[in-house]
Amino acid sequence: MGMAIEVKDLVKYYGKFLALENVSFNVKKGEIFGFLGPNGAGKTTTQKILTGILKPSGGKVSILGYDIEKDPLLAKKFTGIVPDETNAYIELSAWDNLTLMGNLYGMPGKRLEERADELLKMFDLYQRRKDRVKGFSRGMKRRLLLAMGLIHEPDILFLDEPVSGLDVQSARLMRKVIMDLNQKGITIFLTTHNIEEANQMCHRVAIICKGKIAAIDRPESLKKTIKVTQSLEVAFDKPLENVEELKEIPGVEEVKTHGDKIRLFTSDPGHIIKPLVIYSQDKNLEFISLNTLGPSLEEVFVNLTEERRQDINEKQ
Amino acid sequence: MKSNKINLLLEQFKGSLVIAKKDMKIYYLKPPVLIFGVLFPMFLFLAFAVGREVPLETLVPGLVGITLFFTASTVVPLIMPWETRLRTLELLVSAPIGVQTILLGDILASFFFGIIISLIPLTVGFVFLGATIVNPLVLLLNIIISSFCFSSLGNIMSFPPTGEPSQIMMLSNLIRLPLIFISGIFVPLPQMPYWGKLIAPLSPLTYTTDLTRYSLGDISFYSVCINFLMLLLFTVLFLLAGFKLHSKTMPKRIQNL
Ligand SMILES: Nc1ncnc2c1ncn2[C@@H]1O[C@H](COP(=O)(O)OP(=O)(O)OP(=O)(O)O)[C@@H](O)[C@H]1O
Ligand SMILES: [Mg+2]
Repeated sequence: MGMAIEVKDLVKYYGKFLALENVSFNVKKGEIFGFLGPNGAGKTTTQKILTGILKPSGGKVSILGYDIEKDPLLAKKFTGIVPDETNAYIELSAWDNLTLMGNLYGMPGKRLEERADELLKMFDLYQRRKDRVKGFSRGMKRRLLLAMGLIHEPDILFLDEPVSGLDVQSARLMRKVIMDLNQKGITIFLTTHNIEEANQMCHRVAIICKGKIAAIDRPESLKKTIKVTQSLEVAFDKPLENVEELKEIPGVEEVKTHGDKIRLFTSDPGHIIKPLVIYSQDKNLEFISLNTLGPSLEEVFVNLTEERRQDINEKQ
Repeated sequence: MKSNKINLLLEQFKGSLVIAKKDMKIYYLKPPVLIFGVLFPMFLFLAFAVGREVPLETLVPGLVGITLFFTASTVVPLIMPWETRLRTLELLVSAPIGVQTILLGDILASFFFGIIISLIPLTVGFVFLGATIVNPLVLLLNIIISSFCFSSLGNIMSFPPTGEPSQIMMLSNLIRLPLIFISGIFVPLPQMPYWGKLIAPLSPLTYTTDLTRYSLGDISFYSVCINFLMLLLFTVLFLLAGFKLHSKTMPKRIQNL
């Protein structure tokens, strides 16, 4: 499968401040790629460079094979952007904003009007299409920006914190729209500091901290990198006579009771379920509940970003 | 290969027209545009003309020249700082258009504004003051080229990467005000002192006024050809200088968005 985005050794200085340090990653076509990091990590900076808005201090970015610095006009044709703080033109109507962007991408008139209608309806802005954006609520403005990013039917959509500042319902709608777009084959580059969002939506996640990539992998694989904190939580219908017996199961490293539940700590929860079932049959116990308590992506995140902070402190 | 290039240029020119249309919708009626682009030059001129016996041949060309000069050069330098402050510039640079495409769009918007507003003093001249147009073709060409020239000059003024329109307005008035005194607006060229005649050719407005005078039936100081040639020369110079300076400051402007 071809690459939608290829980033190699990206470096960005703001004056003397090193905002990005040799950032490299690839995004496959059709993927939802999460770009996760704490405030000030360099997420927005990366997105702006990838979309040709900012110039990098070093490194190379290709969008569908087109170099963003050498062929910016071609590369930009394939990308749609939903920036974080930028506004639409508040003096213009929703309709005028949409058609302005469509025209800048050279869309023919009839196709543009159909597409604008379609998007306004999809984002529940159709009734207000003739109103100036000045009077729009924050959520409406965000939805309009998303529509503007989609007007020219881009192959790759860049979203910078698309749900920040939205209420639960709007955030849900936004996430659903993003997932639907991805189903239709659009590659998504999603910048966020919301770990759960990245966990639920993304095929792969890059964790960035202080301008450096700390890890790139599937959310589930990232969670596996933290071994000790994985556990299997089980509750039986009767209390156990001897909890320590459970330690005999191969792979179980530690056993703890939490109220009526028992936690079996292991690096491989998948492989101790079978012996556990056999154990319960032997002892004539019924399962009330059985859960794997993975390390959350949050723990991975905190771990990795802590490591990076320590690295930097040591260097200094 | 060659047709590719032409296609690309055509695409970018269409982009400029799109930008210009947007500018017209948003910026024509902004208060600073109306104050500095329409009212200010007219009052300035009236302040000079009232209470003096200014002959018609000086009055109308002067009014037309000063209006065209201020109007065409006012809209364009205000757009960049406004778009910087409201961060809408980021939308434009994310689209597949070059920096020069955006700049040309802003220049075009200003250019049309200059043409439209210059109709006011012209109408006043004919209807109320009884001026006559002897050479309409020269007048029309003059207005078109001059408006584009002043608009290109205005574009240069917004090159500092600020988001403060007032700073740009100050800078542009600092440059524009001295120019009107050496351009034969208040004192016709032939009546200028020797040193005036020496520095007058340095202002593009000199040629606009001279051509207007000619097209309204007076004798021109320079030949018509020279006038047009100089206006063209200034236009190309301003256009290139503006593109160059903006290209230099644009990365900084975008970085500070
Ligand atoms: N225009 C600028 N000039 C100077 N420094 C900047 C500029 N923009 C960003 N930075 C710095 O670069 C670093 C990365 O900023 P960036 O906006 O990319 O972070 P982010 O990951 O998007 O953060 P957030 O989650 O808060 O949006 C920060 O330390 C920031 O202070
Ligand atoms: Mg950010």
